[in-house]
Amino acid sequence: MNYTTIGEIIRGDREVFPPYLYEAYQSTRRRAPTLPLIDVPLTISELTGPGPVISAVTPEDADLTRNAGTGGEAIGQRIIVTGHVLDDQGNPVPNTLLEIWQCNAAGRYLHKRDQWPAPLDPNFLGMGRCLTNEEGVYRFLTIRPGAYPWKNHPNAWRPAHIHFSLFGPSMLSRLVTQMYFPDDPLHNLDPIMQSVPTEQARKRLISTYDHTVTEPEWALGYRWDIVLRGPYATPFEAAEAGK
Amino acid sequence: MSKLPLTASQTVGPFFAPALLREDARRHVLTRPETVGERIRIEGRVLDGDGAPVPDALVEIWQANAHGRYNHPADQGPAALDPSFLGFGRSGTDEEGNYWFETIKPGSVPFDEKRMQAPHICVTIFSRGLLNHLVTRLYFADEPANAADPVLQHVPAERQATLLARHVDTSTSTSTVAVYRFDIILQGKNETAFFNV
Repeated sequence: MNYTTIGEIIRGDREVFPPYLYEAYQSTRRRAPTLPLIDVPLTISELTGPGPVISAVTPEDADLTRNAGTGGEAIGQRIIVTGHVLDDQGNPVPNTLLEIWQCNAAGRYLHKRDQWPAPLDPNFLGMGRCLTNEEGVYRFLTIRPGAYPWKNHPNAWRPAHIHFSLFGPSMLSRLVTQMYFPDDPLHNLDPIMQSVPTEQARKRLISTYDHTVTEPEWALGYRWDIVLRGPYATPFEAAEAGK
Repeated sequence: MSKLPLTASQTVGPFFAPALLREDARRHVLTRPETVGERIRIEGRVLDGDGAPVPDALVEIWQANAHGRYNHPADQGPAALDPSFLGFGRSGTDEEGNYWFETIKPGSVPFDEKRMQAPHICVTIFSRGLLNHLVTRLYFADEPANAADPVLQHVPAERQATLLARHVDTSTSTSTVAVYRFDIILQGKNETAFFNV
């Protein structure tokens, strides 16, 4: 067992993860920590996590076109979003919770702080969840979200995206991120997406259109795989590495 | 070595509440009546670099049970499981930046074959403006075991106080549980010590 690998992998993520302070994204300026993050040994506390014990979902939760419970269907281009959740060794992460949220087809969130003049859709809540299956596969039915303006800079628009929250097996695998759509001209204008430091890492946030996922007379298919950290070692090995 | 490159983090943004704080997704109260352990309430504020409240933060906690065992398959230690305690909490913040949990004081968990850790709670913070979430730990200011905690000693001495939840005097109130206050300061004076994990 190569104990030191634990630290190197985790602390070598700077090509993938955005910096805390990213000036072009104004909200980081007063919220990003300015003192150095502290290197600490990983222990049983970090190598466990809530992922395995959180599982309460119903099949309806994964259908955002109907889960408002109104009996009506959300307006918009119906899409299937599916993919694998994997760890960085390429192993599937089964039975892990995904929670997603998004704006409606017109680009408006059902949220009191979103008041721009686009219509709400009474049949769309914009939230869903599901568990991965034994092969680590998740699948949502939803509608394609619109782009929307925000006040970060003049004429700022967020590219269409879906927010994802995942737990995975440990505290180290916790991830909140956003999935984007291919061929969107707003990608290069979006400081949140551009905060990801490398082109390769940004590309991995973009789903691909997949005609094998598309269902005839029903919905277009998009595929997006998610790779989570770890697990790397047992807790005692990790404690050793921290010495 | 890592085989697959990781998926990058992105901010939780301002609009997560309907999904992540829906009634069956938020978890302020971690205990059930039969849960073993000393009842405590944890409360505090999330503040930004101007000292202003962060009204759109998400705070999650993860902790061991009163015996010092995590409800997780990787914890095969000798301490007893408590089937009524999962150890996961999730709270939003209100307009004044306040979050809160009702839980039990966790027991000590092992660090390695010889050493134990002081009782602590893992804390994760998400918000608009945080492109990656923040990770820290809550320790209990009145806990003698802190002095020998093998993780806390990695935190510079002058910053350790930012990880100590203070017991609040509730003798004049009707509260029946011990209340601990733990403010999370994202930036600036008394900035919370966040971990590179």
